[in-house]
Amino acid sequence: MIKIEKLHKSYPIGKGALHVLKGLDLHIKEGEFVSIMGSSGSGKSTLLNIVGLLDGHDTGNYYLNGQLIENLDEKKAAILRNKFLGFVFQSFNLINYKSALENVALPLYYQGIGRKERNKIALQYLDKVGLKDRAEHLPNELSGGEKQRVAIARALVTNPKVVLADEPTGALDSTTTHSVMELLKEINREGMTVFVITHEEDVASETDRIVRLKDGVIISDEKVNKKVII
Amino acid sequence: MIKFLFDTDTWQEIFSSIRKNKVRTGITIIGVMWGIFLLVVLLGAAKGIENNFNRLFGDFATNSVFVWAQQTSKPFKGFQEGKAITLKMSDLESIKKEIPGLEFVVPRHQSQALTVNKFKTGMFGVFGDYPEFDKVQKRNLVYGRFINNNDIIEKKKVCVIEEEIYKQLFEKDEFPIGQYIKIDGINYNVVGMYKEGQIGGGGPRGNIHIPFTTFQQVYNRGDSVGWMMITGQPGFDIIQIEADVKLLLKNLHKVHPEDERAFGSFNLGDLFKKIMEFLIGMQFLTWFVGIATLIAGVFAIGNILLITVKERTKEIGIRRALGAKPWEIKRQIILESVFLTSIAGALGIIFGGLVLMLVDAKFGKGEERFLTNPTVDIPVILIAALTLVFLGTLIGLIPAHTAVSIRPIEALREE
Repeated sequence: MIKIEKLHKSYPIGKGALHVLKGLDLHIKEGEFVSIMGSSGSGKSTLLNIVGLLDGHDTGNYYLNGQLIENLDEKKAAILRNKFLGFVFQSFNLINYKSALENVALPLYYQGIGRKERNKIALQYLDKVGLKDRAEHLPNELSGGEKQRVAIARALVTNPKVVLADEPTGALDSTTTHSVMELLKEINREGMTVFVITHEEDVASETDRIVRLKDGVIISDEKVNKKVII
Repeated sequence: MIKFLFDTDTWQEIFSSIRKNKVRTGITIIGVMWGIFLLVVLLGAAKGIENNFNRLFGDFATNSVFVWAQQTSKPFKGFQEGKAITLKMSDLESIKKEIPGLEFVVPRHQSQALTVNKFKTGMFGVFGDYPEFDKVQKRNLVYGRFINNNDIIEKKKVCVIEEEIYKQLFEKDEFPIGQYIKIDGINYNVVGMYKEGQIGGGGPRGNIHIPFTTFQQVYNRGDSVGWMMITGQPGFDIIQIEADVKLLLKNLHKVHPEDERAFGSFNLGDLFKKIMEFLIGMQFLTWFVGIATLIAGVFAIGNILLITVKERTKEIGIRRALGAKPWEIKRQIILESVFLTSIAGALGIIFGGLVLMLVDAKFGKGEERFLTNPTVDIPVILIAALTLVFLGTLIGLIPAHTAVSIRPIEALREE
């Protein structure tokens, strides 16, 4: 699903350059639940931005859904993002003057789907994250956990190939963290590839595969033995 | 694109964006509104003045000059200065023959006369006129007719009176036509009554017109002419005609060519031209001020949108992460700009129209009014409105470009 070969990325700082990613190789197959672990400055956010087509890379190859990503202009990137990727952000990034339902329906708006149809689909996904009764609430009338659920519903609504979550629990307390992770797991069980970025061990341990990043290189890549849930 | 314009979401987003900056947006709208308001009101007022001017001078052929004889101020060909000159009918024939581009040359005589009808009397101006006078200075007849050729040939004792004279000499509801009035002791049959516009022949209001030939005979004027009105054909310069006529007259009457006082004249065409130039200048100024204010207002709208876009940077980032194409962001902002300018324009036109209606009601009625029908033509309004929409689109491009020039990743980082 996501295939990265010898990926390099550096940012210009003054006259020099900050080499953030130093030749990453990573292969994530369909249906995996992967977490990227690393302290701040390890390059994990940069990696997510490149994977999420929000930023370009310098050298190396990036295949998304088997398609080589190169020479993307903003329009093509926007179309690919809309089609293949769903984003979940640390700070939820809901649009505060739109109701939960409208927020979830927004990616469908950019696909050109009619109002009735997209509200119907959006409501299904809100139901899936257990917030059907909150559909008409504005984001500031929702709790942090609820906001993140709305954001997850929004990430899922286009039925993407990969859900990219950037510190999805960073702004949540431990109980809501747990419930959000449960939700992500459930999504993964239904076959969705989920790609989480975090610096919390607890969160990483809930995933199936942990990739540890340090100073722009992968230092470990291990499958986690899951506890059997009865 | 059509679907985009009629989409509820499109408008919902515009309104929510406006709602966030109510006061600022309001003030900005007032800026543009003020521009188009000024344009409408000033153009309307200029039109009103022009209409009023046409109303006052509408009875006159505007490319006309009046010429009369005075006394010489220079000795010439053996004559002392101070020689009195009298215009003759033969002068008119020469003028008609020699000078090109004339439409009418109308001789007139003028006198004051005691006029009596039964027990009512009054002093009025009496004019000896040819039928052509009606063409040079339109008499708006209420009853009857103006002097005709037959009157001239037969030197008939007939007269045409102004409404004011009718009011002074006749009983209310009395029909004047066919009645006889006594002018300087001679009975004249009233054949017509007219109503004068605001500016008459220059004298007091209300005149009596009798046939020119009758006047010559009754007042013993022989072959003389009191003064004449000359009108030029369209395309001929009335100032040149005036100069030519005076030079010819000087020649005919043996007057020094540089004698400026021998013949007096009043060039209505020249005056009219100057006033018209003033009106055109005023209209130009109106357009200039109006358009300049509009541009300033539209810039203010561009400015406020730029601020809005800055404030919404993060939101725009989110939208782009969710798959909004740059063009989809851009058109939203451009539409917002066009929407604001259109609303402002519509309000400005409505308020301008209302003010013109008010001005018309207050100053546009009665004889002494200085405005007539202050209006603005629909095409002018359309042009102004289109200009506004065009400028709105153009200025919307700036914030629209700013909105998409920030990369989504940077926009998302914005707090």
